[in-house]
Amino acid sequence: MTQDAGPVRVALPAHLRTLARVNGEVELRVTGQVTQGSVLDALEARYPILRGTIRDQRTGQRRAFVRFFACEQDLSHERPDAPLPEAVAAGAEPYLIVGAMAGG
Amino acid sequence: MTGVRVLVGTRKGAFVLNSDGKREKWDVSGPHFPGWEIYHVKGSPADQDRLYASQSSGWFGQVIQRSDDGGLTWEPVGNDFSYQGEPGTHQWYDGTPHPWEFARVWHLEPALDDPDAVYAGVEDAGLFRSTDGGKHWQELPGLRGHRSGPSWQPGAGGMCLHTIILDASRPGRIFAAISAAGAFRSDDAGETWQPVNRGLHSEGIPDPGAEVGHCVHRLAMHPARPSVLYMQKHWDVMRSDDAGESWREVSGDLPTDFGFPIDVHAHEPDTVYVVPITSDSHHFPPEGKLRVYRSRTGGDEWEPLTRGLPQEHCYVNVLRDAMAVDALDSCGVYFGTTGGQVYASADAGDTWAPIVRDLPAVLSVEVQTLP
Repeated sequence: MTQDAGPVRVALPAHLRTLARVNGEVELRVTGQVTQGSVLDALEARYPILRGTIRDQRTGQRRAFVRFFACEQDLSHERPDAPLPEAVAAGAEPYLIVGAMAGG
Repeated sequence: MTGVRVLVGTRKGAFVLNSDGKREKWDVSGPHFPGWEIYHVKGSPADQDRLYASQSSGWFGQVIQRSDDGGLTWEPVGNDFSYQGEPGTHQWYDGTPHPWEFARVWHLEPALDDPDAVYAGVEDAGLFRSTDGGKHWQELPGLRGHRSGPSWQPGAGGMCLHTIILDASRPGRIFAAISAAGAFRSDDAGETWQPVNRGLHSEGIPDPGAEVGHCVHRLAMHPARPSVLYMQKHWDVMRSDDAGESWREVSGDLPTDFGFPIDVHAHEPDTVYVVPITSDSHHFPPEGKLRVYRSRTGGDEWEPLTRGLPQEHCYVNVLRDAMAVDALDSCGVYFGTTGGQVYASADAGDTWAPIVRDLPAVLSVEVQTLP
C-alpha cells in the first residue's frame, strides 16, 4: 500500500476537537503503511491529550462508543493493522472518528 | 477581600461560583468542559488557585483538568489510570469474579501541604496518587490488594471509591470509603489498609455485621477532632469516636436515615448536616419537602432546616459529594441537587437561598474560603 502518503485527513468529533484545541480536520503525515493503527499513533503523537479518549492506552482497543468511518464504510471492526482505503491514504477522503449515537 | 469560591461538578460541565464574604451576590462562570460529566472539582489546601477536575464521558473516557488560576483557565493533564500489576477480580453483581476495570475518577483529594500532590478515588474501586500536578498517576495498590478485595461488590452506581479524607493531625493517616465495600483506614500513607466497619449493620448483605460489604455513602471528619468520624451509610447515620475502630448509630429522630451526603460545621465539631432521602427505591426527599437536618449534638438529635428550601413538590436528590461547608465566621453550608439547584446558607443552615437553579444535575459541590 501507500508509503509515506498523505497528508491523511482526520475528522474528530466535536468534544475531541475541543480537547485537542483544533478546528476542522487534522492533517497528519503518516510514515509507512497507512492503517488505522498508524493514523491513531500519529494523531496521539501530535495530540497526546487524545491518548485514552479513542482507544485504551494499554491495549489499544477501541473505546466502545467510538466508531471509525471512511469512504462510506464502517471500519470500526477492522484490524488496527489493516490498510486504510487508498483514498484516505492519499488524502482525498477523510478518516472519520465518530462518537457513536448512543443517547445522552 | 474574604470570599468563597464554590466548585460545582454536573452531568454536563463544571461551574465556578464566586462571592464575597456576605455570600449574597454570586458570579457564575461556566459551563467549563460543556457536555462532559464532571464528577468532582476540588482546590488544593496548599494553593487556593490550584484546582483539579475530573472530566469524563461514556464515549471518550477520563480526562483530568488542572487550573493554576482559580478556574479561569484549565489545562488537561494525565489520564492514564492503570492498575498496578495484574488487576485481579472482584465480585460482579451476580457473584461471579469480574476483572477490575477502570471507569472514571469519582473524587479528587489534593494533599494538605503540596499543590502538586493529589489523590484520586476511582471506579472500579482503587486509590491513585499523583505527585506532579496530575501529569502521572500511580496506584496505591495496598487498598485494592487487601485480602478482602476479591469479595468486594459494586453498588447500584458502580464500585466506586468516593471518599478520601486526609488527617492533618497524623501524617500518613488516610480514610477511604467504597460502595459497596465499606470504610478503610491507612496509617502508613496508603501502603497498607484495614477495614474499619465494626458496628455497621447492613441488612442487605448475607452477614449484616460483616467486615466488608457495607454500602458506605460518605464519611466526614472535623479536622480539629480527627478521631471522630461521621458516616452516611446506605441506611443509617453512624458515628465513630475512635477513628473508625467502632461505630454506633446516631440516626436518632431523623425522618429517614437513608441519604448520601454528610458534612460537619467548620467551627463546631458536634454540628453535623445530612439530607434525608426517602429510601433506596425512592431517591427523593420525604413528603416532597427538601430538608437539611442538623444535629448540634454530634448525632441522635436532629432538627429540620427548611427556611428557603422548597417544602412542596420537590423530588430531587442530593448526591454524596454534593455538600460542603466554608470556613467563614458564620459557617456557610452548600449543597447541589439532581434538579440543578445549588443552595447556600450563610448562617450555618438557618436560612437558605439558591445561588443557581437551572444547572444540569449536580454531582459534586466543593467550597474554597478565600483570604
